[in-house]
Amino acid sequence: MPQTPMADKPLLTVRNMSISFSSPDEADIEAVRQVDLTLTPGKTLALVGESGCGKSVTARAVLRLLDKNAVIPSGEILFDTGQGAVDIAQLKPDSLAMRSIRGAEISMIFQEPMSSLSPVHTIGDQIDEIIILHDRVSPKQARERTVALLDQVGVPGARDRANAYPFELSGGLRQRAMIAMALACTPKLLIADEPTTALDVTTQAQILDLLRQLQDDYGMAMLFITHDLGVVAEVADDIAVMYLGDVVEQGDVYEVFRSPKHPYTQALMNSVPRLSRKADRQRLSPIKGTVPSPRDRPAGCAFTSRCPHAFAPCPDQRPERTQLSAGHVARCHLLTREPAEALA
Amino acid sequence: MTTLLSVENLSKVFTLGGGLFGKGRDLVALNDINLTVEQGETLAIVGESGCGKTTLGRCIIKALSVTSGHVRYHPEGGETVDLTTLNKREIKPFRRDIRMIFQDPMSSLNPNMRVFDIVAEPLRIHKLLRGKDLEARVYDTLAKVGIAADAAGRYPHAFSGGQRQRIGIARALVLDPRLVIADEAVSALDVSIQAQVLNLLDDLKADFGLTYIFISHDLGVVNYIADRVVVMYLGHVVENAPTEMLFERPRHPYTEMLLEALPIADPTRRKGRRTELKGEIPYLGNRPQGCPFHTRCKYAQDRCRSEKPALHAINGTAQQAACHFAETLELTGAYDAPQKAIA
Ligand SMILES: Nc1ncnc2c1ncn2[C@@H]1O[C@H](COP(=O)(O)OP(=O)(O)OP(=O)(O)O)[C@@H](O)[C@H]1O
Ligand SMILES: Nc1ncnc2c1ncn2[C@@H]1O[C@H](COP(=O)(O)OP(=O)(O)O)[C@@H](O)[C@H]1O
Ligand code: SF4
Ligand code: SF4
Ligand SMILES: [Mg+2]
Ligand SMILES: [Mg+2]
Repeated sequence: MPQTPMADKPLLTVRNMSISFSSPDEADIEAVRQVDLTLTPGKTLALVGESGCGKSVTARAVLRLLDKNAVIPSGEILFDTGQGAVDIAQLKPDSLAMRSIRGAEISMIFQEPMSSLSPVHTIGDQIDEIIILHDRVSPKQARERTVALLDQVGVPGARDRANAYPFELSGGLRQRAMIAMALACTPKLLIADEPTTALDVTTQAQILDLLRQLQDDYGMAMLFITHDLGVVAEVADDIAVMYLGDVVEQGDVYEVFRSPKHPYTQALMNSVPRLSRKADRQRLSPIKGTVPSPRDRPAGCAFTSRCPHAFAPCPDQRPERTQLSAGHVARCHLLTREPAEALA
Repeated sequence: MTTLLSVENLSKVFTLGGGLFGKGRDLVALNDINLTVEQGETLAIVGESGCGKTTLGRCIIKALSVTSGHVRYHPEGGETVDLTTLNKREIKPFRRDIRMIFQDPMSSLNPNMRVFDIVAEPLRIHKLLRGKDLEARVYDTLAKVGIAADAAGRYPHAFSGGQRQRIGIARALVLDPRLVIADEAVSALDVSIQAQVLNLLDDLKADFGLTYIFISHDLGVVNYIADRVVVMYLGHVVENAPTEMLFERPRHPYTEMLLEALPIADPTRRKGRRTELKGEIPYLGNRPQGCPFHTRCKYAQDRCRSEKPALHAINGTAQQAACHFAETLELTGAYDAPQKAIA
């Protein structure tokens, strides 16, 4: 795979980051614990895992958009601004420094487009406003750029549609308008939180195409959150698998799909029906039980209560990050305490 | 094979915005649907959102009245009845035979009822069992779907999404139905839970001798679970075929488009750009003339814009499609999707 030297330099490095939520009458919950992630220009990292495992919270932490009861008790979020690295974890959420990163350098497409588009303004006005805010251009110039953007993301009749309110658009067009808005300031990093989950497969395929195209055009890094392994296989360069607040495995998408090393990654892949002929069809092997609440997470490996291979050290000792090959890491005691064949 | 249910020339028109005097606009949600459901099969119904899948399910169970057409039910050893002609009292016994599992487990379970009562309610409504017998049946059904007896006293909010879906399934099964209509029953579930529920549906089918109508937009799941697939577009059946035939070689361009769009959980089969995927589903109120799919079809000819293709068997096989060129088009299936060169 040809790589420019620049592409190897990380744009965003999350190191050892934890996120806790406090509540007045219960103990704190650690929703995300000690995760490491690296994002590189022109590349897509897919963050996958089941509902509640901490994907959205991780993404919001990078933009410092967490709820008021959240803290980041440990870790760094290093963002390369071009003039040195800034630790986003140390910035105040509403500080000038953070606001100049949010929306301009890093922008986000949210899980529910309706909740992030204003229902009382036209989509054109909403995109104009962002452009004016960041680039101090005249409203007329801003509108020209808005129309060009809407056109680029495939909104037919962009000039007229700019005057539409979000509720007047179909789900697919609304998602395109969201993407246009997120791209208004040509961000270096785009975070897309389940951008296609609510859409039909045909619309989903179009949006995935669009995101790939835009990534080629702008060379931006992308953090793509999804629970759909099919979507991961379509868009990702790298994959990070989360379970109950932990990143349990991370690596090149081809390598992880070919030989997943963490029992949870393996189990997840065996839960998806393969597209095979009847004769080759295998009964699904689901993961037993359900995801416990973060409050009941075992002190050791989070997957202990559902893991078919759990053994002595698992409930109490947190497995280390084990390097398996360049860029491929996993956290599981089997990788250090037993011969590696035990997993194959 | 014996036919359990046949849907004949079924249409459903919703009238929108009709006032006391003004005439509303007609929205044809189902347009002359014909299909049969064979005893013991799993028939999947697929298509984009809004194409009429749920409406069809609701017309079959008579939760909606039909505008025209028939739903003939042929119970084993019983007489054929046209469900659409029955009144409220007459339909009641058939409500036991044909049950629906709904899309959203949370909104379909009464939050103020305990799980035991949620599952017992249909037995009470139909006055089938009481006391100890009722209790035994409820616990037995809960056990079959994997809900422990000691959880029966809890309320729905205390369960996970997958468990709630199991409770919904128990409620459907407690009456010992013959036909179960599952409307997006696994769509909202995480993959690991989805796999549990799919296996459960499979096991129950064998244990109870059930027939399923499985409504879904997920073709990967459909390929796994269904014996036959009906593809709907804008209220029409555009293809109806045994699962493997349909995935091997679709005969309708819309089916090909759906298969093309399906993401496959294997990066070596990555499809890359799919530039042919064009356009969105037209609003049902603005139904195109001729073939309903012609506004998005890359194979459309002049004839398609004026003449509506009929659903017909392809070369005498079990595969039916509604396309003028179904016999000649070389459409691409899903099993051997082209391998994309990794740049
Ligand atoms: N404001 C909050 N207060 C307390 N707990 C919270 C808060 N926001 C999120 N959490 C908890 O943090 C955990 C991770 O939530 P998150 O929204 O990141 O999940 P997710 O992986 O995005 O799931 P989904 O796939 O359902 O979107 C969950 O256990 C959730 O209940
Ligand atoms: N009660 C109703 N009144 C008016 N229109 C309806 C009603 N129910 C469904 N529709 C319309 O009928 C069409 C088919 O809907 P539905 O069967 O729910 O689609 P699907 O289940 O395939 O997503 C849609 O355009 C929908 O908006
Ligand atoms: S550490 Fe133990 S419980 Fe965790 S995944 Fe590995 S074997 Fe399973
Ligand atoms: S009849 Fe014509 S427009 Fe319709 S699906 Fe066939 S080729 Fe396409
Ligand atoms: Mg989320
Ligand atoms: Mg529906």
